[in-house]
Amino acid sequence: MLAYIVRRLGYAAIMLVLVSLAGFFIIELPQGDYLQIRLAELRARGDTSADERINALRVRYGLDRPFLERYGIWAFNFVQGDFGEAFEFERPVSEIIGQRLGNTIILAVAVLLVTWIVAIPLGVYSAVKQYSIGDQIITTISFIGLGIPGFLLALIVMYVAVVVLDQEVGGLFSREFRDAPWSFARVLNLLRNLWIPALIGSVTGSAALIRIMRANLLETLGQPFIESARARGLRNATVNWKHGVRIAINPLIVILGSEALPSIIVGNALVAIVLNLPTLGPLFVNALQKQDMFLAGTILVFFTVLLVVGNLLADLLLVWTDPRIQLD
Amino acid sequence: MTQTSTLSTPQVTPSQPLLEVRDLKVQFDVQRGTVRALDGVSFQIQPGTTLGLIGESGSGKSVTARAIMRLLAKNARIVSGDILFKQPSQDPNQATNQDAVNIIKLDPNGKHIRTLRGGNIAMIFQEPMSSLTPVYSAGVHINESLQIHTNAKRTVGAQLEWAIKHTQKLSNSEARRIAINLLDRVGIPRAAQSIDSYPHQLSGGQRQRVMIAVALSCNPSLLIADEPTTALDVTTQSQINSLIKDIQQEYNMAVLYITHDLGVIAEVAQDVAVMYLGRIVETGQVDDIFYAPKHPYTQALLESIPRLGKVRGERLSTIKGMVPDPFSVPSGCPFHDRCPQMMPGLCDVTVPSLKHVTANQQAACLLYEDSDDVTLSSHQVDMTHTTSESQLSGSQVSGSQVSGSQVSGSQPDESHV
Amino acid sequence: MTVTNTLKKATPKKSKTVRQSYWQLAWWRFKKNRLAVVGAVIVIGFYVICGLFAEFFAPYSLAHLSDYLEAPPQQLQFIDQAGNFRLRPFVYGYSEVVDMQQMRRFYEVDTSVTYDVYFWVRGEPYRLFGVIPGDIHLFGTDAANPDAHLFLFGTDRLGRDMFSRILYGGRLSLLIGLIGQLLTLIFGVTLGAISGYYGGLVDNLVQRSTEFLSAFPDIPLFLALAAAIPPQWSPIAVYFMLTIILSFVRWGSLARQVRGLVLSLREREYVLAARSFGSSDRAILFRHLIPGTLSHVIVIATLSIPGMILAETALSFLGLGLRPPLTSWGVLLQEVSTVRAIRFAPWLLIPVPFIITAILGFNMLGDGLRDALDPYSRN
Repeated sequence: MLAYIVRRLGYAAIMLVLVSLAGFFIIELPQGDYLQIRLAELRARGDTSADERINALRVRYGLDRPFLERYGIWAFNFVQGDFGEAFEFERPVSEIIGQRLGNTIILAVAVLLVTWIVAIPLGVYSAVKQYSIGDQIITTISFIGLGIPGFLLALIVMYVAVVVLDQEVGGLFSREFRDAPWSFARVLNLLRNLWIPALIGSVTGSAALIRIMRANLLETLGQPFIESARARGLRNATVNWKHGVRIAINPLIVILGSEALPSIIVGNALVAIVLNLPTLGPLFVNALQKQDMFLAGTILVFFTVLLVVGNLLADLLLVWTDPRIQLD
Repeated sequence: MTQTSTLSTPQVTPSQPLLEVRDLKVQFDVQRGTVRALDGVSFQIQPGTTLGLIGESGSGKSVTARAIMRLLAKNARIVSGDILFKQPSQDPNQATNQDAVNIIKLDPNGKHIRTLRGGNIAMIFQEPMSSLTPVYSAGVHINESLQIHTNAKRTVGAQLEWAIKHTQKLSNSEARRIAINLLDRVGIPRAAQSIDSYPHQLSGGQRQRVMIAVALSCNPSLLIADEPTTALDVTTQSQINSLIKDIQQEYNMAVLYITHDLGVIAEVAQDVAVMYLGRIVETGQVDDIFYAPKHPYTQALLESIPRLGKVRGERLSTIKGMVPDPFSVPSGCPFHDRCPQMMPGLCDVTVPSLKHVTANQQAACLLYEDSDDVTLSSHQVDMTHTTSESQLSGSQVSGSQVSGSQVSGSQPDESHV
Repeated sequence: MTVTNTLKKATPKKSKTVRQSYWQLAWWRFKKNRLAVVGAVIVIGFYVICGLFAEFFAPYSLAHLSDYLEAPPQQLQFIDQAGNFRLRPFVYGYSEVVDMQQMRRFYEVDTSVTYDVYFWVRGEPYRLFGVIPGDIHLFGTDAANPDAHLFLFGTDRLGRDMFSRILYGGRLSLLIGLIGQLLTLIFGVTLGAISGYYGGLVDNLVQRSTEFLSAFPDIPLFLALAAAIPPQWSPIAVYFMLTIILSFVRWGSLARQVRGLVLSLREREYVLAARSFGSSDRAILFRHLIPGTLSHVIVIATLSIPGMILAETALSFLGLGLRPPLTSWGVLLQEVSTVRAIRFAPWLLIPVPFIITAILGFNMLGDGLRDALDPYSRN
């Protein structure tokens, strides 16, 4: 077990180096870097100290060195906790990310909870009552939900809120709470604002999960051990949940690992952009557009770390829940 | 034309049958139409005996078993018939003279049928490989069964009494002890460790043994074994079969043993019922069926088994033709188009019903229509069943099938039971 | 000699009849599935109307700039002011209103001006498929009246007709899905099949690169690659680069599935037979193995086209994908990414229902194809 985890982590570390290298390369692909653009801007404004300041940065992060060396310096600093500078904000990357991390996690957890709380019961109901009217309604809705990606839904919601209801939308807090310290009232305000983005962000995931859950459970309910459980005199509910869902839900654990954890970083980026939410997704897109390389690179690495860790956790969880699966 | 009852078998034993199936008809609604999976099945099982139910695939053996358990698929309908089961009372004061439960009348999802399933009637299945839930150990399966049925089987009064004597629920350590004993009894090696084994860690034979242990856990009076050894290799087959025989005697259980394998039947059963296309075509004791088969189908079936001592190079005989498509069951006797002794103008028109050919043997074949033995047994029956029988015969002669409303079995005859 | 000849003749003939019956069966199953047929009609409809004949169906060309900026949609009318029903539909004109408080102008319906709507009218000239000249449009206003205008879905900031833009925008969005998927297929099927058939070093190489690709987070990869397209590139170059990026990110999983299929097909008798006849590796690969994966591949392809279309829409919406002067559904949505646009020109959101309809159409078609072609591989 321990050996397995160590081996997986070693493999993950190699993967991380490769991905960050490739990521770094891709982010640097566009001609020129942020500092050049910035310098031109500052010069145009007549900022005399600009050359000096920017050159200092250039030297500090080795931007004047060849690619591999540049990457090496960044990676070396990264491991020590210095993620570099977010040039656009003229602040350390860690500070910029830290500001938004809390909101991002809150939103991601909310989306995750809504997705699973909605999808699992509906998927189970749909399978247990196959071909019933309820099943047909759920199947239809999930089919449509799958065809409406979150950001289009967010646009529709914006339209309804702005044009039909004439309301202010966007953000996780109302204006008066935006910069207020944490308090009970602020938490309430957060919950009031959170449910719409959480609902929108979970639509596609829920729709997909309902369909997978339904198909898995239908397959499981057709297995001989279900009939054998019923023949032992178990209640239908016990059969369906203890012997059906318990088996059918196992494959979903993989989805939980590979999607839920990484989604903390840039999941729902599009929804967040449309709804103007202060999370990491919009920050990442903006950093890419502005070629704010250290900020974008750091987010990319974090994302990959969570993806790798998520996959590992999912595999361990799967071993724990399904005795048939062996580590190797 | 004299019609005999399909209902009574002149048994030597005076006791009531443990299970009596009367004129059971089950239909499946499928896209292409309706399949009559069971078309008037009747048989009895006496307490502590084994009835072997034999037939080709598609003859309705498994449907019969599932109808008894009320585990039929959603698209199945029990059109008519009775399944009378003598449920032993847990209360010793009421042990005698209890009326049989008509399983047909129970709500298939209700409490009563659930106390029967696994509690009084246990069932083991064809696929031991996948009959145990893969994420639960052997012990969990047994414990689950014990926990449901130890309390449910008792009446309220008996439960109270029991509760005073014991703790309220079967304690986990107690259940574990019982489970280990059971596993040990069914021949699982190192039962104390194997109890925590998951199904995939057990061999096919071991899994079937676990299934049997689960079945035994609540001391059922009837065990339904649906092709329990079909998926196993030959050595394991005979081990499982002798285990079933042993525990049957030990627990004084009745067994309904379903198989398509004549050899297995000879090994385990005392009585045999032969099924063809949703009907019982012959019943009798195992020796009679094997040495003096009466129905041409049974005869053909027996001739198709290879035997030691047969002339070398002689071809095995096969039954000509194929089992008919369930949507186009032949008129008259369902076997007539494959029957070597088919009587044109009779067999393809009249549906034969089961009648006594000898004192202990019944066959549904028009060859024995005016057999002398018939009158002997039909005598007593005709007195009680005149009305219903005439209805039945009328519809059968016309070749069309009875719809649910006018079938004899739907009016259970109290005087007879 | 004669023996081999007959053999050669017999083999393809036999395989053809077998295949035909399979496809006929699939077609029969597909026709029975009402949802799938509806999906097929939607998809074909979109490709015909937007893809092939947008010039004919759209009343205006992309270059047409009107004087009415952000004008709301005009509604087709059948009953005139006097309350008489008219068979020929007409629209009311606009009158400009200036809101001094908000410092913006907007348009109100002016019921005193009516423009009749004609079908099969002569309008702006165009070249169908880039070659066939024409000037007939499905509908429009009287060409003789230069003031007449017809904006069923309103106009955008530059006064362009949204109805026409949606049709033209659909062309690029739908095409990027199709071309991108085609590229994915070529990459994925070829590499997957080669990797599965030859094994060894090639297999190892393909396997490792698909693994790497799957370890790479796909949303950030999309975004990063799209952001890396140099802004000074021509729109056409951007379009093709984007298509290549979309297919590059996705070929891995397809290659893995095809590899698996080929691995199992490779051991089938007909492949062994072909090999024993002395067929070359390439012939076996392209005549027997790849066609064997065809039904599976068609299903996967159909079900992934919507993802491609959505990816283009999302990237363009973010400003990382297609850029004006190209017109795609994502580019159209980019104009409505501000709250101000949603508040004052909500008709710019009309592409949304079109996108959703197209996606649902593809999903219905794909589900139907899966049920028809791969009846045993549900989900």
